[in-house]
Amino acid sequence: MKFLPLIWGNLMRRKLRTSLTILSVLVAFVLFGFLCAIKQALVGGVELAGADRLIVRHKVSIIQLLPQTYQARMARIPGVAAVAHQTWFGGIYQDPKNFFMQCPVVPEDFMAMFPEFKLPPDEMKAWLATRTGCIVGRNTANRFHLKIGDKIPIRSPIWMNKTWEFDIVGIFDGEKKGTDTTALFFRYDYFDEVRQGMNWGAGLVGWYTIRVKDPARAAEVARLVDREFENSPAETKTEPEGAFAQGFANQIGNIGFIVAGILGAVFFTILLVTGSTMSQAVRERIGELGVLKAIGFTNGRVVALVLAESCLLTVLGGGLGLGLAMLLISGGDPTGGMLPLFFLPKSNVLFGVGLSVVLGLLTGIFPARRATSLRVADALRRM
Amino acid sequence: MSNPESPASVLVRLTDVEKKFHRGSEDIPVLSSLSLAVPAGEFLALMGPSGSGKSTLLNLIGGLDHPTRGMVEVGGERVDGLSDRRLAAWRARHIGFVFQLYNLMPVLNAAQNVELPLLLTNLSPAQRRKHVETALAVVGLSHRAKHYPRTMSGGEQQRVGIARGIVTDPTLLLCDEPTGDLDRKAGDEILDLLTALNRDQGKTIIMVTHDPHASARASRTVHLTKGRLTDNPVA
Repeated sequence: MKFLPLIWGNLMRRKLRTSLTILSVLVAFVLFGFLCAIKQALVGGVELAGADRLIVRHKVSIIQLLPQTYQARMARIPGVAAVAHQTWFGGIYQDPKNFFMQCPVVPEDFMAMFPEFKLPPDEMKAWLATRTGCIVGRNTANRFHLKIGDKIPIRSPIWMNKTWEFDIVGIFDGEKKGTDTTALFFRYDYFDEVRQGMNWGAGLVGWYTIRVKDPARAAEVARLVDREFENSPAETKTEPEGAFAQGFANQIGNIGFIVAGILGAVFFTILLVTGSTMSQAVRERIGELGVLKAIGFTNGRVVALVLAESCLLTVLGGGLGLGLAMLLISGGDPTGGMLPLFFLPKSNVLFGVGLSVVLGLLTGIFPARRATSLRVADALRRM
Repeated sequence: MSNPESPASVLVRLTDVEKKFHRGSEDIPVLSSLSLAVPAGEFLALMGPSGSGKSTLLNLIGGLDHPTRGMVEVGGERVDGLSDRRLAAWRARHIGFVFQLYNLMPVLNAAQNVELPLLLTNLSPAQRRKHVETALAVVGLSHRAKHYPRTMSGGEQQRVGIARGIVTDPTLLLCDEPTGDLDRKAGDEILDLLTALNRDQGKTIIMVTHDPHASARASRTVHLTKGRLTDNPVA
């Protein structure tokens, strides 16, 4: 701390140059924050996936349906603790831009399978008592100002291309910050009853979620499930929930690689910009560094001073950039529903802070070495 | 009365010192077989024409450079063989520098400039402040403590430089042309100050100068010509 006036004074010596460098670091870290939030939105489901849950889908494709009768057969397989099913409804609320997922589910099975969705007991009771009842995630409820007691019309181009009307009986929250609370769930029995009436698709479901008794034996259970339905008209593919979510994300591409590639290019540029600033700064005051060495500053201390200055530069830019990114990201999903898990995780913020320090060290190390390699007498002649 | 050159009273002793600089494959001798003893409490002026090796000699005494050959002792300690790191620590403890162009940090005010050598000590902020106040009072600049170098005259900046040089109470004060960039009046004030430091506080001072007027204020003057010491200037 006692060297802070010297470090800060040197940093502020050329205010315009320092401000522009800080600004460039700031922009890089805003971009970093946004890309991390987008990555989180696209692959966050992988991290949040339950280690004890398997997803069973049609072997050909997720859009091929499976018989609802499979549920009982799955429940009998050794190692299976519970089974629940969901079906993609693909409905539109008012406008196709207002995207959020809707699925018919069996309330008791579903809520037991996904304890990360928190629904008050009285609302659960109301859902069980209301055949046309649905529950809406907090995110979507807030987004469309929906409340309990409202009726919500949803047109499904997949299912009879008709407008379905549901009664909102509950609003659920997420257990963790990253839990997706954008979906709407309604009762499968109501859904299936309508399908029977229209004689289309009755008794079929989209996919199953299985809870295994022992996560260590999940792979073995997955093999048993697929073997159970081998050579049937609807063979299955069973995989861990995380792998299922990863597969979904990979439809867009290798998100991690894309994000790392963009950030790598950005930070390499910033490395050059900040490195150039620090090199100039040190070159301009070689004589002053010589004076410091003359009065007793060791090479190590001179290196520390230069590194502290470069780190202060990047940490200031990085901190402001991360702060601005957090502020902008706190406004929520910028796509209006395509990125329900859009937020900047704390781990990414900490990584960003670490990155800013590393950036400072990397940009300062070469100018610092230059400062130490000079003989004091030579440096003093350059005052 | 003790002999001023007895081992006990000699603060700086150079014995058969030689210094060469390398330029490509060529060796350029700067100092040759130079021996010098400076008693503690002396105010020595080192005169000579440009390129005679005055500053090089001062750098060797101050531990800013290593001799090619010979021995440099200050306060009974050999410094010619010390590593750069140990030399830095030794300079911080024993040497105060005063430069021709003041060499103040433009981003620090007078008090902060004077405080710089104290940052290398374990003194508390309050102790450092007290030392800085004392040093600034000695050079008569207490009222300018918060002023930055760009707002001060050359004479004032040099006085801040001297305050920085003495703030750690060093064994030896090395001044390289301390009046070289000042007008006669300001130069006289600096020489008065150095004389007072030598006379009143017993500081040993070695001052490099071109100026006979400045050297006249010293208790002894030695002349350096082509890397060799002489008692009298060579025409």
